[in-house]
This record gives sequence, C-alpha cells and structure tokens, in this order.
Amino acid sequence: MTDEPLLRVSALSKFYGSRVGCENVTFDLWPGEVLAVVGESGSGKTTLLNCLSTRLLPSSGTASYRMRDGQFRELYRMSEAERRFLMRTDWGFVHQNPADGLRMTVSAGANVGERLMAVGDRHYGKIRATAVDWLSRVEIDEDRIDDEPRAFSGGMRQRLQIARNLVTGPRLVFMDEPTGGLDVSVQARLLDLLRGLVTDLGLAAIVVTHDLAVARLLSQRMMVMKDGRVVESGLTDRVLDDPRAPYTQLLVSSILQV
Amino acid sequence: MTAQATDIATYNFAYLDEQTKRMIRRAILKGIAIPGYQVPFASREMPMPYGWGTGGVQVTASIIGPDDVLKVIDQGADDTTNAVSIRAFFKKVANVAVTTETAKATIIQTRHRIPEYPLTTGQVLVYQVPIPEPLRFLEPRETETRKMHALEEYGLMHVKLYEDIARHGRIATTYAYPVKVEGRYVMDPSPTPKFDNPKMHRSPALQLFGAGREKRIYALPPFTDVVSLDFEDHPFEVQTFDQPCALCAAENVYLDEVILDDHGGHMFVCSDTDHCEKRRAEGHRGHLAPETMEPAQ
Amino acid sequence: MYVAVKGGEAAIANAHALLADRRRGDRSVPALRLDQIVEQLALGVDRVMSEGSLYDRELAALAIVQARGDMIEAIFLVRAYRTTLPRFGYTKAIDTGAMLVERRVSATYKDLPGGQLLGPTFDYTHRLLDPELAAGGDVAEPLQRASEAEAMQRVSAILAREGLIEPDGDMPQDHVPGDITREPLEFPMARDIRLQALSRGDEGFLLALGYSTQRGYARNHPFVGEVRIGEVELELDVPELPFAVPLGSVRVTECQMVNQFKGSAKAPPQFTRGYGLVFGQSERKAMAMALCDRALRASEFGEDVVAAAQDEEFVISHSDNVQATGFVEHLKLPHYVDFQAELDLVRRMRAEHDARENAGKAEEKREAAE
Repeated sequence: MTDEPLLRVSALSKFYGSRVGCENVTFDLWPGEVLAVVGESGSGKTTLLNCLSTRLLPSSGTASYRMRDGQFRELYRMSEAERRFLMRTDWGFVHQNPADGLRMTVSAGANVGERLMAVGDRHYGKIRATAVDWLSRVEIDEDRIDDEPRAFSGGMRQRLQIARNLVTGPRLVFMDEPTGGLDVSVQARLLDLLRGLVTDLGLAAIVVTHDLAVARLLSQRMMVMKDGRVVESGLTDRVLDDPRAPYTQLLVSSILQV
Repeated sequence: MTAQATDIATYNFAYLDEQTKRMIRRAILKGIAIPGYQVPFASREMPMPYGWGTGGVQVTASIIGPDDVLKVIDQGADDTTNAVSIRAFFKKVANVAVTTETAKATIIQTRHRIPEYPLTTGQVLVYQVPIPEPLRFLEPRETETRKMHALEEYGLMHVKLYEDIARHGRIATTYAYPVKVEGRYVMDPSPTPKFDNPKMHRSPALQLFGAGREKRIYALPPFTDVVSLDFEDHPFEVQTFDQPCALCAAENVYLDEVILDDHGGHMFVCSDTDHCEKRRAEGHRGHLAPETMEPAQ
Repeated sequence: MYVAVKGGEAAIANAHALLADRRRGDRSVPALRLDQIVEQLALGVDRVMSEGSLYDRELAALAIVQARGDMIEAIFLVRAYRTTLPRFGYTKAIDTGAMLVERRVSATYKDLPGGQLLGPTFDYTHRLLDPELAAGGDVAEPLQRASEAEAMQRVSAILAREGLIEPDGDMPQDHVPGDITREPLEFPMARDIRLQALSRGDEGFLLALGYSTQRGYARNHPFVGEVRIGEVELELDVPELPFAVPLGSVRVTECQMVNQFKGSAKAPPQFTRGYGLVFGQSERKAMAMALCDRALRASEFGEDVVAAAQDEEFVISHSDNVQATGFVEHLKLPHYVDFQAELDLVRRMRAEHDARENAGKAEEKREAAE
C-alpha cells in the first residue's frame, strides 16, 4: 500500500428536499482496500454509493480521487466527459440487478469488449481473445461467448457483469448488493470468486450490502449506517466481534450467524 | 382554373420564403464549419411528404440560383418517379435548367446513391436523409445520443460491428454504413450502399445532407476525410459484382438486379442510368444490349 | 429484351389525371361547394384547421375536397400552404376567461356561476341513424338564451380562490413563447412548446395515449374541471399604436383537467392541472390533450416516469401525423439499391451456411460408414 489514500471523502451529505439521504459522511479509502457499507434499506447506503460513484450529485461535501498520475481530483468538479471516462476506465460499477449493468441484447463477448472498444481498441481478434480470457476468469465457458445474457442464469449474468467491469483494469469498483437476489449456493460461489479477483488484482472496492456475512467475507473495513448517518466504523472483524454502537450490537446479535 | 379559384391560395416564388432560405443557409454554413455535426434547423412543411426528400428539397431550394443546373436521382436513376417529381417541382417553382448528365449539373440531389462519374470542384451533392443519427438504432433517445456525440463516446458503434463479425463472420452492414468525419464525428451517410462510401472521402464536391422530418442538416466540405468504421483485422470493404453491367459492360460500378421473366431469369444493370447511357453512346456493349442504340428519347 | 424503364413523367401525369377523375366521381352528381363543406361538415373542417395549424375554414374545406375526404392528406395540404405564408407578428395571448361561451360543462361542480351549458353536443343523442337526414328534410330553428354574449369565470379560478390548485403556470419574466413552426424542436422542451406540439398533434394518437393514462399507465386521477367552447377575441400589439388592435375572433375548445395529487418531495398535496386547447370544436381532442399534458408534467412534480404517455420524447416525436404518414408511406418508394445490398449479403451468408451444413452431413455420413 502507498502512503496516500485512493479516495478521500469529507462531510458528504445528500438531501431530497427536507428528507435526509445521507448526512456528513467522512472516510478515506486506501488502494486495495475493501470497504463494506452495511445497514437496513433506507439507511442511506445506496444514496452514499450513488454519490461516490458520481451517479448522483451530493448536496454538500467533497470527494477527491487520486488519478493514475498521482494527482487528487475533486469528483464533483470534473466535467461530465472526465467523469464518464473515469467510470469506464479506472472504475467499475456492479449493479444488484445485472440487467442494469449489461446490454441484454448484445453477446457476452461484446459486453466484455465494449469498454475496450470505447477506449479505442480496434483489433477484433485481440478484443475477442481478451473477452475469452475474462470469461474464463469469471468461470463462464468460452463457447457461451456469442450468447446473449438473456440466455444466462442469474449467477452467470452477475459474473458477466463483473468481467465487463474489470476488463479495463480498474482500481476502484463500486458494488451494490452484488449477491442480492441470488440463491444461497450461487451467492457463496460468487463471493468466493469476488474475493479471489479482488485479492489477485489488488482492487479497492466499496460494497453496499445489508448482509453482514457478505461484509465479513469480502471487506477489511466496514461502516454501519442508520437514518443516513454512519453510526460505527472500523475493521470488519472488530466491528462484528465487538460492536460498540447499540444499533450495531442489535444488528449483529439479530442477524449474524457466521 | 377559374378566376375565383386562383385567388384563394397562392405560393411564393421558389416555394420557400427568403427568410426561411436564410435560416437554412445559416444551418448549412454551420454544418460546413463543423463537418459531420448534425445541425438542428426549423424544417418547414414541404409540399411532399416527410420521408420523401423534404430535407434535400429544402437544402436545394435554399442554395439554388437562376444559373444553376439541377440533376435529381433516386436509386441512381433520373427517371424513377420520385426523382421525376422533385425535378418537376423545381422546374415549376424555380424555373431552373435541369439535366440528367452528372458532369453538366451544378447541383445534384440524390436519394440512396452517389453518381459513378467523379464529381468535381464547384458541384454540390445534396443527399436526402431519412434518419440522420447513426446511433439511433443503438440508442433511441435524442438526449442521450447528443451527449454521446458531444463526448465522443462511440464505443457502442463498434459493439454493433463486433456483433456482426461474431455472428456472421463479417460486418453485415451493407448500406447507411457509418463513417468518421475528420477524425471527430461519426456520421450516417444516408442509406447509400457502402459501395459509395469511398466516393465521399476527400471529394472535391461540397456534400450537403438534409433530413426534413428529423430537422437536421449536416455537411462535408470539399476534401474532407471520411473514413468508414472497421476493425484492423476486419477492414472495411465494398461490395463487388461477379459480372459487368449487362447493357454497357461497365465494371466496378453498382448494379441493380432486374427480373426478366417468371422463371428466375435476371440481369444486372448499372444503377446509375446516366452513366450507363453515356457508356452505350460511346459504343460500349454488354452481353444483353441491343445491337443498335435506341433512338434518344 | 430489357428496356430501361422510362416515361416516369408521363406516368405521373396520367396518375394525377385519374386521381382528378376519381375525386370528381359521377359527373351527374353535383360537385361539392366549399360553403357546403364549411357549413355541413364543420367538425371535419375544425380538425383540419386545428391539426393543420391554420384558422381558415374555406381553405380547410378546399383541402378536404382536394384530399377526397382523407383528413390527414387535407391537414398536410393546409400545413404545406401555411408554411409559405409571411408572418406579420404574434397576437397577444387569448383570454379564454372572456370567451363568448356556447358550451361549457364542468364535472366538478353541480352548479356554478354561468351554469352548465350543453350547447351543440353529441352527448345524450341516442346514436340512432336518422333516415330523415338522408332525405335532406328541414330543420327547426333552435332555442337559445337571449344573452349569449356573456363572459363566464373559469372553473380553475374558482378552485384557485381556495388555494387548493396549483396556480397558472408561470414562465420567467423574459421568456419569449416559442414557435414550433419556426424553430427546431429540442428535448427536453418548455411547456409552451410542448402544448403547441400537442395542439397540432394527431387526435387519434393523443386519444389513445390519454386513454392509456386512465387505464393505469401513468394514472393521474383526472376530473374535467371544465370544457368550454366559444369565440375568443384576437388582438395584435402594433409598435406605433398605444392600444392592441382587434383582429377578429376564433372559435376554440378549451379543457382544464383537474388532477388529484398527493404531493412529493417537489410539490405539496394539491390539485394539479392538465391543459388542452384546440381550434374549432373538438372536445375529444382537447380532453385527450389535457390528459397527455398532465402526464408529461411528471418530472415537474417528482413523479416516476413509467409509461409511454409521460415520455416527452416519445409522445412529441410521434404525435405529428404529417410526419408520421410521410415516413410510414415512404416505404413504398423505391429501395432497390439498399435491397440489392441486402440481397447480396443474404445470398452470400446463405451459401456459406449451406456449405457448412453440407460439410456437416458429409462428416456424419463418413462417421456412420466407419
């Protein structure tokens, strides 16, 4: 790890009229670190994720990202062109519902290859070879490369979405309930895969989940949110084994059976 | 018409009022200044249906002067009904000279073809465009496609070409084949066959594109770089025909297939009728051409 | 021997001569006069004026005859004529509150100042074909109120006094109303532009979309606050004169739809409005327009956009019947150049496919033989 964080978030708030989305969130994310944001639905974790990934503009606060040249850039002051470029090169976003992150009527190979073509790759054979490589890394058979994701199971679609995001070698990936909506056995396999990829590639990730087991398996650090605010944060093992905030204690005692 | 009938409705000379022509000329100038960029313009209702060349007609009406010589083709031919109709329209409302000879025309309005005879400096080719947006069938929203052009986000365009190769072993787009203009804007060349794409590249003629229903004008100034999209290992290529024109024996031209009888008999002839006639007048004969020239009509 | 098709010009002239003949029909039947159409097919004339965006009964009647009764063709003729007319200026906004009302009904109040006025309506007719009309019998003079020339307060003004309905929409002080016949449409658009597009939009298309909102595709709980039909004054500001110059009057139909709204992050609970205004008499069109207008205001009120009727780009891009008919019908124009290109590709791909099939079959046979 370097001595500078990858992302610096300071006093981030988002209001919908008088309703609080998230309020006064501050943290640093380090290269290669996986941060889990947990909480019930309506706790503000998804709003926070959408603000961080610049899909939503916050009402106040700042977030700066260390670009590949080492310079910090203020996310909300970037032009749309710069943000979109960042999103399809150095970042990834894994949606809970794969249909939101995939082109459902375009083949698996093209889904993986799209980002490469967007940044200027113009060699069909090389794009296809990269797609084949990535499909195998997410355990999808090579002979499915020309099939549309419509013909894939939920777990396969999610793995395809992951491959599509990772093909440009991003340094930061946002994940919104990546295992939500999958069967338990499928979830376990996907979590294994994700954990392996994150470690191998040295990815930093921010994972939003309501599932403490997912946080336990994937993250080194976690933040617990309630009513838009962070009620507790710390190393994942510490928070789960020795919760300090009353809300976290309640959450852990009622749910965690790992 | 009776006297009573004539004063109920009258039309201006050359149909469009001068104010409108100036507005359209401004859009054309902007288009020329930003090659390949689609300039919105307040398209007028024209006395032919939208989709039948209203964009081309408005562009032609705005640039035509009394000394111009107009040629109108549809599918390469001067005698298809819509070409005849548009030519008759300009004869009626602007009283300009018309021709079928490509070399003699100063303005050529076209639907779906570029003439075979190379265009020269000073000529203007006006295309009728049904759907100006090359990204339309990948992304139906105008608000989104505008953003994609502005940010030069053209990855999706290559996704389409990738899919073609993955499924068919080749790029299966045969007409309206997208091009990149001066290394910046991706542009739809209108539904011309891709056979004609290379003719747009660095053409000495001014090329103007008018889409009336979609209210867009775009342009290629003379000698503009126009490159058909492709992959390094699947380069762009044009259609080739196995046989020459059956009437004038021309090779390397675009051919129409004509059905001759009820038993599947067919022949291939030049789609560019002027080019074909000219060659036959010069004495070229295809294998199905009559021995002697028909008397000129 | 093949001879290139020639004589397009003659064919077109002959086709148009035949069209003229069929338009006139049996010469022993008297030709229609424009005044007959204006007087006796008045609602058809109104539709042509409304969707043709030109208030001229005689021209609309001419267009209807020339189009052989094809309404969209007639609208097209009127549009293509109007586009060539010079502009003298823009009249002041009409005041429908000062309308000389011939019909006014409200579904929200049993009685109200000015009362419910049925006027010339098809409502409550029994839709029994009337053989007497075929005989062209005499029609009795109608009974009418003595004082018809009286302005009536609009229902929206009554609701506004309680503060329970959103106020009339405001545009910024320096806003100049757009003109869709002179400027290119761009999305998203301001409401003035959208209303213009809806007002000349196809009646059938808006009717179907309005109907879809009632069936649950973007339901917005409408009540007819008021439909009113009558004459309104037109006035033009002339720079040299200190007063507006009256130009005459036009007949319009206005519908104010009142919609219940529970409130959202963007707006408090209140009644909201959908607005419809068309030339002539067409309640159906004005009401459908009002439903669509309200549906298209979804984002203004922070409502989710979930249905076609709420999608501005979808609705406005497809509401113009002159554009729609042109593009649908252009499919009959020659496309042989594109088709040839496709034919060539399909032939090649088919040949490759068949070659692969045959190779596969040969392989199977060989395996079977071994």
